[in-house]
Amino acid sequence: MPVELYRIDDRLIHGQVVVGWGRPLDLGFVVLVDDEVAASDWEQELYRMGVPPEMEVFFHSVDEAAAALPRYQRHARPGIVLTGDVETMRRLAAAAAAAAGRDGGHAPIRAVNLGGVHHRPGRIQRMRYVYLAPDEEAALRALARMGIAVTAQDVPSARPVPLDDVLAGRGDG
Amino acid sequence: MTNSGGDAGDPGAVLAPIAIVAGHGDFAAGLISAVAQISGRGERLLAVSNREFGAGELEEVLRAASEAHPIRVLFTDLPGGSCTMAARRLLRARPDLALVTGANLATVLDYVLGAEEAGSGTVAAGVEHAVEHAVEKGRLALAAVFPPTAPAAPATGAPATGAAARPPALEVGGAG
Repeated sequence: MPVELYRIDDRLIHGQVVVGWGRPLDLGFVVLVDDEVAASDWEQELYRMGVPPEMEVFFHSVDEAAAALPRYQRHARPGIVLTGDVETMRRLAAAAAAAAGRDGGHAPIRAVNLGGVHHRPGRIQRMRYVYLAPDEEAALRALARMGIAVTAQDVPSARPVPLDDVLAGRGDG
Repeated sequence: MTNSGGDAGDPGAVLAPIAIVAGHGDFAAGLISAVAQISGRGERLLAVSNREFGAGELEEVLRAASEAHPIRVLFTDLPGGSCTMAARRLLRARPDLALVTGANLATVLDYVLGAEEAGSGTVAAGVEHAVEHAVEKGRLALAAVFPPTAPAAPATGAPATGAAARPPALEVGGAG
């Protein structure tokens, strides 16, 4: 069973993830990739309390996650890989692509879902739920150059918006 | 963040908010509107929506609201929702606050009315008891009611009558 979704969402585990995507995809696990959370028992306990009992949650730094991806890509149930920011996903995708070139165990990441990057000083609004700083836009373009389909889509019922439309501010149209 | 005024109660006596209701979309505003309609004490609650807030912003909104008013309780909708996560983070620094997740109208209404009956601006002394009482009320309010099934067509002989033909409504859960 492949990882169904690679998602960038600065709220990490929350309602849209565990219910909005979790129910229709029948998610059995969440892989939360974040160096800070991976180093904090308190943060992990917080997020563990946010998932329903039938859903497993795993915490990894980027390096750990890249090494563990084949295991999750072969998991018996569908799952989701979450990062809280664009750069973490870019690092994970680059590590997965490099590993896929070395061995047959890794499948490269084919698509990335931009689920929520909210307002912060220095960011420009591109969609209702997507605000990006210039370096984040560059990281998203780098993902696209790796052959990864980057689309913005907060919930399954919404239309996936291609990256070019997001960056041109045409996403909410 | 909004503070819905009451539509009844003591004329002119606007009381301070004692709890925050936070959730997805218009959950909080809608729930507070219902509390105001029933009890006239909507002003006791502050509404917070997670709409278009990142996690850090949401925590800051909750922190600012809880510091500006004698807030003791935060009510949220989904246990794993972003408002709940932000509230849990806030509780780490504010052990004087309580969090109730999965809140419904019966829960919040009971808490607000309990505070009114306590006759003080807050329920500082009995906040834990008031919260537990409100949670129990909310739990009891949750029930599933199914209509009785249509009577089966009589086969042969006498028509079916009574309980065998029309079973009583099935309830799962308790009465509120």
